[in-house]
Amino acid sequence: MSDSATQTRPLQVSGEILASRRVGAYHHLTLVAPGIAERARPGHFVALAVGGERSGMILRRAFSIYQSRATGVYGGTVEIVVGVHGAGTRWLAEQHPHTPVDVVGPLGKPFSLPRDGGASATLVGGGYGSAPLFGLAEALHKRGCRVDFVLGAASADRLFGALDAKRMAATVAVTTVDGSTGTRGVVTDVLPELMARAGTDVVYACGPMGMLRAVSRLAAAQGIPSQCAVEESMACGIGVCMTCVLPVVGDDGRTRMVRSCVEGPVFPGDRVRWDDVGTVPPETVGAPAAAATGGH
Amino acid sequence: MSFTVRTVDAPRVTQPDCDLAADLGGQTLPNPVLTASGCAAAGRELHQFFDVAELGAVVTKSIMLEPRSGRPTPRMAETPSGMLNSIGLQGPGIGHFLEHDLPWLHEHGARAVVSIAGGSVEEFAELARRLRGAPGLAAVEVNISCPNVADRGLVFACSPSASSDVVGAVRRHTAPSVPVLAKLSPDVTDIVEIARACVDAGADGLSLINTLLGMALDLDTMRPVLGGVTGGLSGPAVKPVAVRCIWQVHAALPDVPLVGMGGVRSGLDALELVLAGASAVSVGTAVFGDPGAPVRVLRELTRALTDRGFGSLREAVGHAHRPGQLLGES
Repeated sequence: MSDSATQTRPLQVSGEILASRRVGAYHHLTLVAPGIAERARPGHFVALAVGGERSGMILRRAFSIYQSRATGVYGGTVEIVVGVHGAGTRWLAEQHPHTPVDVVGPLGKPFSLPRDGGASATLVGGGYGSAPLFGLAEALHKRGCRVDFVLGAASADRLFGALDAKRMAATVAVTTVDGSTGTRGVVTDVLPELMARAGTDVVYACGPMGMLRAVSRLAAAQGIPSQCAVEESMACGIGVCMTCVLPVVGDDGRTRMVRSCVEGPVFPGDRVRWDDVGTVPPETVGAPAAAATGGH
Repeated sequence: MSFTVRTVDAPRVTQPDCDLAADLGGQTLPNPVLTASGCAAAGRELHQFFDVAELGAVVTKSIMLEPRSGRPTPRMAETPSGMLNSIGLQGPGIGHFLEHDLPWLHEHGARAVVSIAGGSVEEFAELARRLRGAPGLAAVEVNISCPNVADRGLVFACSPSASSDVVGAVRRHTAPSVPVLAKLSPDVTDIVEIARACVDAGADGLSLINTLLGMALDLDTMRPVLGGVTGGLSGPAVKPVAVRCIWQVHAALPDVPLVGMGGVRSGLDALELVLAGASAVSVGTAVFGDPGAPVRVLRELTRALTDRGFGSLREAVGHAHRPGQLLGES
């Protein structure tokens, strides 16, 4: 444990945008971030300062690492996929190459790889949540695992990485809610059939909370372990602000409000109390006995 | 094109031409820059980015007697030049803190200002008793001003008598050599009245300011953003409120050491609080955007003091209250 903790100690790096490219509804950014790429493993994320030095946007924005390259002409790079949701992500999407960006990473706990080299892994991505799954697929390939992809989104322009997936996977299933490409519906409509065909041993998923809940439940019903990377809103990304918590069951069977930035973002699907996300379940360790509680 | 990795071999702060020693009600800290309660957990996470022993002190997240789950999410909303939080004092409780967190801070050479929070005078007293004699304890900060409570009547710092009761009890149960600091809320009509009540009850110093009670609505759902509905506002947006509170309290109680906090993200921000009357300065919300902020602020503050001709931090404390006096005269 201590070795891997040393390896993934996060760095704060003065980097810059090397390239920015529109991909469907998203922006694919390549960042020069020396030191971070070398340490990154699939499932890690980075936290970026936005808006420039005197910005009124004081909190970092967190992004899964899509690709990382330890060496390059400009030093190590990390690539992220940005969906514009507000002023901070809009600023990032609008920046041109050479804009300086302060990057903290790699952050979080990465995906665990199966011990069994020949395992069949099914990777499920919702929207640009698929971003960390391609690095994972590469790592799984290196272990001799079979990889199948299910990618889902609201519409064709909100799918990310379908071509990457086709290049890397034994099979790829695509769903869109509006039917603009692939099967009309959601990922869990096609997942059972794909899992049966692939002989799935483990499911990896990243995307919106509702999708993770459905995928995790489906896997659990078949006795198949799942690893889900959650997208909780964060202020710091490094474990000090306590805003990104969700109820997770520990090894001792007790529920705790757990930080998704340092104890996640990857969790075993059967440990997260998906239905209770956004609440503090009454039996949570330290849950209020009465309604009136306080403090920050 | 060149890039720097800031966390590796960050230059140590060595400015022998400015004496940075900071007075904290009987304790002297090697420098005046601290973390702020709730913005640094118990130091471990930030130690990945800088050596926590470099700071004047680490102020811990408020510790309660029992483990506490905190409030439901969403717990955070970014606001113009600031943020709202409604964490709800999530924490492992004093037992875990004494077993794991305080020893870690001590082993790493950090001076710990332990923030405590309770729902009653008795809880505060018990927390002080449990902390008594703990190695590494530099001071106790009494959080009587957390805004994240359902009943405003529970904010001790809104009432002089309630503040006095809590501070008095903590002072009585704390070793005489350990300063007791009372953390005050800016959300009161007359902060000087509360400050005076705390000092009369035995507070050795005051921490100014806690967050301001605020609220934001989500315009898509047209409902409150925060799970806790209301939350504490912090960040650069509140700095003028901090400067005002420090100014007023220092003017009324010039001999009481003040730890200033509220919107500090640069050395110049820290200097502003010092000039208003703060003997030490905490860097809080800025850490969320810049984990290296505390040591950066210390470097920048040191330079800002030197640039203005201050030979020591002490000379600068409350300097803005001394009109007409130029540096070099006294």
